[in-house]
Amino acid sequence: MAVDRPAPILEAKGLRKSYGPVEVLHGIDFALRPGEVHALVGENGAGKSTLMKCLTGYQPASSGDILLGGEPVTFASSEEAEDRGVVLIHQEFNLAEQLSAEANVFLGRELKKGFFLDWKRMRAKASELLNELATPIDTRLPVSKLSVSQKQMVEIAKALVRKARVLVMDEPTAVLTSREAEVLFEQIARLKAEGVAILYTSHKLDEIVRIADEVTVLRDGTLVSNRPSAETDPDRMARDMVGRELDEIFPPKAAAKTAKRALEVEGFSVPGYVKDASFSLSEGEILGFAGLVGAGRTELMEGIMGLRPSSGTIRRSGTDIRIKSPKDAVTHGLAYLTEDRKGRGLLLRYGLRENLTLLGLDRFSSGLFVDEAAEREALSRAIERFDIRAASKEGPVGNLSGGNQQKLLLAKTMLVEPRIVILDEPTRGIDIGTKQQIYRFIHDLAAEGRAVIVISSEMSEVIGLCHRVVVMRSGRITGELSGDAITEEAIVRRAMGLDAETLSEVA
Amino acid sequence: MSAEASPAPKTKASFDLHVWGPVLALLALVAFGALLNPNFLSAGNVTNVLARSSFIGIIAVGATFVITIGGLDLSVGSMSAFLAGLTIIVLNALAPSLGIGWGTILVGMAACLVMGLGAGLLNGFLITVGRIEAFIVTLGTLGIFRSLVIWLADGGTLSLNFELREIYRPVYYGGFFGIAWPIIVFAIVAIVGEIVMRRTSYGRHCAAIGSNDQVARYSAIHVERVRLVTYMLQGMLVGIATIMYVPRLGSASSTTGLLWELEAIAAVIIGGTVLKGGFGRVWGTVVGVLILSLIDNILNLTDLVSPYLNGAIQGVIIILAVVLQRGRKGGA
Repeated sequence: MAVDRPAPILEAKGLRKSYGPVEVLHGIDFALRPGEVHALVGENGAGKSTLMKCLTGYQPASSGDILLGGEPVTFASSEEAEDRGVVLIHQEFNLAEQLSAEANVFLGRELKKGFFLDWKRMRAKASELLNELATPIDTRLPVSKLSVSQKQMVEIAKALVRKARVLVMDEPTAVLTSREAEVLFEQIARLKAEGVAILYTSHKLDEIVRIADEVTVLRDGTLVSNRPSAETDPDRMARDMVGRELDEIFPPKAAAKTAKRALEVEGFSVPGYVKDASFSLSEGEILGFAGLVGAGRTELMEGIMGLRPSSGTIRRSGTDIRIKSPKDAVTHGLAYLTEDRKGRGLLLRYGLRENLTLLGLDRFSSGLFVDEAAEREALSRAIERFDIRAASKEGPVGNLSGGNQQKLLLAKTMLVEPRIVILDEPTRGIDIGTKQQIYRFIHDLAAEGRAVIVISSEMSEVIGLCHRVVVMRSGRITGELSGDAITEEAIVRRAMGLDAETLSEVA
Repeated sequence: MSAEASPAPKTKASFDLHVWGPVLALLALVAFGALLNPNFLSAGNVTNVLARSSFIGIIAVGATFVITIGGLDLSVGSMSAFLAGLTIIVLNALAPSLGIGWGTILVGMAACLVMGLGAGLLNGFLITVGRIEAFIVTLGTLGIFRSLVIWLADGGTLSLNFELREIYRPVYYGGFFGIAWPIIVFAIVAIVGEIVMRRTSYGRHCAAIGSNDQVARYSAIHVERVRLVTYMLQGMLVGIATIMYVPRLGSASSTTGLLWELEAIAAVIIGGTVLKGGFGRVWGTVVGVLILSLIDNILNLTDLVSPYLNGAIQGVIIILAVVLQRGRKGGA
């Protein structure tokens, strides 16, 4: 370390964070210095957001210390952290859309003249700040009328009004065009020159090399490396981010037996999310979809399932089909398990039976009425097959553990006996034991000759489970890997856009 | 797989106040009424109470479905007035050509049903295809229907042809084995409604949509279609209620069906249906309707409290019912 670096303004020492019984940060040591840009990188779920939230008072740390200017602090809330000059700018912003820009800049810190708001002074000050930020807008406009980058500058102005000494930015460039990002970088450089410490996350590794002074890599809640940016490069960061051993939790890959095409998708677009995607899938094959959150994988599948407006060709066993609604998709033998178990998958207030049969309810309707006896029988079978553990069959499924909810959702999806099963993040937020069970189910589904698509942001899952992997980035398919070519590094490179090639790399 | 595992006996030994509360309240009201006035349990009074509550009751069964899907229909009262006005106009217009007879009445009834379906379709179309809040749409149509009936009546009253009225009269005043027709129709509507809610996939879909329409959509349910059908069902039931109502007075005016929407919604909520949607109980609605009309009846039969305070007492009951509901499976 260089000797002339300023003393850290914000530090974490042995910071740990647990959600319930699950520890997600395993003792992080970390220092942020004034006048420096510190980049935090890692895969989805590596603990970046949690670390940022702990540092800025949004989440209390479970143990360990946070030091501000060398003194231990505990922020009871984000407001308290902001009062001390530590401000987090959320990726999706925290602005009151209907209020004017100036009102937002001073929200909660309004300037007053006696009993009344001093709009004149607030307007002048907000204009001045935004002008300095190279965003000369009419501050009386409601925030909803501003562009994304302008909103970001309003957020930064808001942070400056709070006399931010530490500015934490969660993927600020994810929603910006490259020109807008340039403006942001200039402002970051300016703030840096003024002595503000900046913590910054991004999935765009090339941009990190450009603007960061120091890079910290997290993986699975542990700090893997911490280097001055001069000593690292995108390749090295990518290697640090992955590089985890695959354990024995995956069943051995059975070779996909037949080459019979189950599904072919050509030139498929979902407006705003996916452009011109093509891929195919054979019976008995497990096809992985890798990429960052927001790469358009979910939207692509939802488009195929008729859940989103889309265009393109879908062929099922060689014949063109049209899917206008999820019902059509089910009729054609497709089923989709959503990544949003609680919001889109299950009726949390209802019991197991109602949830299990909701997708395939017509199978339980004899004539006019729903056959409850048949439903109960199906539930017993599902409980046995998927090893669902519930204290009560009648109680609301919201009370089940995440793993059991997921197994129930899987049972619900399989009840319509699909030939093509699309599983979106099938193991998100569940414990390792249940994960292993679910991997086994997926393996068995393929062995039965069903075609399976697995969307996963967990590299190990994609690698351990899939015969072939399609990688997406920003709504486009950027690569396809199979056999031994499926490595974490190869996937990360394509997901990050480091490899320009889009041709498949076949082993 | 095993057969032993399947019979899941619902051993709900614990007494559930949310389920039985409205029934207890109803029984208490009946006992109270009987104590206060010996005439209360007379056949005449019972028939009177039930027949008068049948209009709101039939409409409230539809409202149970609408509220279960997470919707709301504020237009039912003025829709009923509008349908009554149109039906009377149709009947009067048909009288010269089809003659004074049951044929004319039947055509009028059919017209009323079809127009009810049409009015429900209008609400449902604006809500599903137009993507406008149900509250806004039905607040709008509430005003439109009400104003149209006043305009049709030219500010006064639309009266049914006197001879037709004599033929039509038994539909309200007559009966079958001593039970008034409106009561029979109400009972049939309620029983069919309960079965549809409880035992058909449509009923299950309604609950799923009200509970979480995203889950419903992802479960391959045609969410908008179910919504549209539900508003049409509500319109049809308003039509049925109107068919029973027209012979009662033989007229329609600006005050026909006034505030019925609020009574119907109140009955649904008192009966235990969740206002936010996702859970509906048709038999509960029936209990709710009866509670509301019994309070009215008891106040009229006794001089304990001024009948003018009827609305206040009903208001207290509605708020109490919701307070009692709060403990149940609330939240998402």
